[in-house]
Amino acid sequence: MSAVTDTPAETVAVLPPKQSRVWAKLRRNRSAMFGAGLVSVFVIVALLAPVLPIPGPAETDWGAVRKAPSAAHWLGTDEIGRDILSRMIWGAQASLLAGVVSVAIALAIGIPLGVLAGYCRGWTDAVISRLTEALLAAPFLILAIALAAFLGPSLTNAMIAIGLSAVPIFIRLARAQTMLVVTEDYVEGAHAVGLTHPAIIWRYVLPNIVPPLLVQATLTIATAIIAEASLSFLGLGQQPPAPSWGSMLNTAKAFLEQAPWMAMWPGIAIFLVVLGFNLFGDGLRDALDPRDH
Amino acid sequence: MSAPDYILEASALKRQFEVAKPLFGKAKVVRAVDGVDLKIARGETFAIVGESGCGKSTLARLLVRLMTPTDGAVIYEGRNIASIPEQEMRDLRRELQFIFQDPFSSLNPRMTVGALIEEPMRVHRIGTVAQRREKVAALLSRVGLSPQIADRYPHEFSGGQRQRVGIARALASGPKVLIGDEPVSALDVSIQAQVVNILEDLKQEFGLTLVVIAHDLAVVRHMADRVAVMYLGEIVELAPVDALFDAPRHPYTAALIAAIPVPQVGARKATAKLEGDPPNPIDLPTGCRFHPRCPHATDLCRTSKPTLRARDAGGQVACHYADELTLDGLSAGSDTRSDAANARFEIYRAARARSEGANAPATTTT
Repeated sequence: MSAVTDTPAETVAVLPPKQSRVWAKLRRNRSAMFGAGLVSVFVIVALLAPVLPIPGPAETDWGAVRKAPSAAHWLGTDEIGRDILSRMIWGAQASLLAGVVSVAIALAIGIPLGVLAGYCRGWTDAVISRLTEALLAAPFLILAIALAAFLGPSLTNAMIAIGLSAVPIFIRLARAQTMLVVTEDYVEGAHAVGLTHPAIIWRYVLPNIVPPLLVQATLTIATAIIAEASLSFLGLGQQPPAPSWGSMLNTAKAFLEQAPWMAMWPGIAIFLVVLGFNLFGDGLRDALDPRDH
Repeated sequence: MSAPDYILEASALKRQFEVAKPLFGKAKVVRAVDGVDLKIARGETFAIVGESGCGKSTLARLLVRLMTPTDGAVIYEGRNIASIPEQEMRDLRRELQFIFQDPFSSLNPRMTVGALIEEPMRVHRIGTVAQRREKVAALLSRVGLSPQIADRYPHEFSGGQRQRVGIARALASGPKVLIGDEPVSALDVSIQAQVVNILEDLKQEFGLTLVVIAHDLAVVRHMADRVAVMYLGEIVELAPVDALFDAPRHPYTAALIAAIPVPQVGARKATAKLEGDPPNPIDLPTGCRFHPRCPHATDLCRTSKPTLRARDAGGQVACHYADELTLDGLSAGSDTRSDAANARFEIYRAARARSEGANAPATTTT
């Protein structure tokens, strides 16, 4: 120990490396683990769809149209006698994909543009912000519908359309957060040490703007699943007879009184997946924050 | 300093900020730094003091090009760093390091202490991974922290500990000049003493040149070799520390010295030397900028602006009446000498004495 101080060296147990600490913190968070569990159940079931002993999602049983749940059809049947359990399982693929892929698209475009606008300011910011505002002027769903109609009807195009429509939210959020972080002393300190702009963005700006973006992303997954439903309803998303939760929900709307189970199951599934993503996202945000114990 | 070897110089340095730009007409500007000339000798501790808003932090940032000057030059080792390309400046930053005022906002909360201290070495490609890790441990113990804390995050530490991390980080790349923007003003007085002593020891050990921005005269008196007093973006007096404190030549310097508090009834006679706030830096007064607050101001001061000229003890002063006024310094009579200042100096001495005898197991804590 040096002679310059009267503070004794702290005796500190050597802590495990950073990666495992984030993981340990996440594991200790019960609600995050519950959320992760929920999402993984749906993902696993969706992936196992081809090998599960269920009827095909487009197979009709004219003897059982709009039947309530029974031993033969655990979740009941729809308006043309298709097994709802089977359609739920196959539909999980489309819905989860639509949620995750479109948010991934939105993040991949929104974060770089938002950080660029917030970091560079000046005319870069002016151009990006005006474009963002123009996009925001159109309601989310209208924009998605216009884009999907322009790209042509298919699940892939629907995901691209939903992703692009969600981009402005992430640009705005990333820009605002970046502008906040850039005024911190530690960013000036990074310049003083001699870091390049890309290094500052990568090591200083991004880690500090992730938490709110993460929360927004989990919320947007829910919006995206529902947006896919709307597009499917208009024939711009998942193409019939292939199922998605959204399209099932939209069809069921007409039979709410006669066959409430048709709407109930996709509704519950969407609710649970969204809940799962939100809980997990919250937990991840807390685990990534070193200030939080 | 018989053969002055200047490491860092500022010449006619100016920095203006636009505050409001009307659609038509001239923009309003604040002249935060307005024509500063400085020469900082290799190995000295140079202090810049002044009230809040006098432009001292701006000056500090200009000296390491954390801001670019509106006009003028900053010469480091013969090179004008105000105009060299970005890349060249980045390489130079290895030699010019900065310590921030607020230890709570100046460390990236997402990086471990070890990563923070290692970063300057990584940026400037110094050593191998193993060597850098060793250096981090050495630096941590050098500033009085345990090397084991390298894996922890800044939020786990107190202000004084964080400021030491900041100092270790500033030292990591092996700088020649260390510029501190009020490096201790955010800390408790007792912690200030430790940090000031660390800085002084490191200066000796690594042969650093220290530039310290401060508004606390006790710290300045203790640390500095030479002091520049700033008022509204200009240097009004510059002198070796003893000459400045014992025999100030500028009324503003005298007022600052007199403002060191005296915790004793009747210890100071009616000596309210400085009244009011500094004038609006957007509409600067004519003549001497200090004249609206100066007890000695005359018509000459209101109309004609004094320039910086030589004073005794190798200093400079910008006052028309520098030779005529008799101004009180710190030791100009026991009744004007501040007991509080004495108490502060005493704390520093005590902290040093303790730390020098600290090879025996230390018992005090931060």
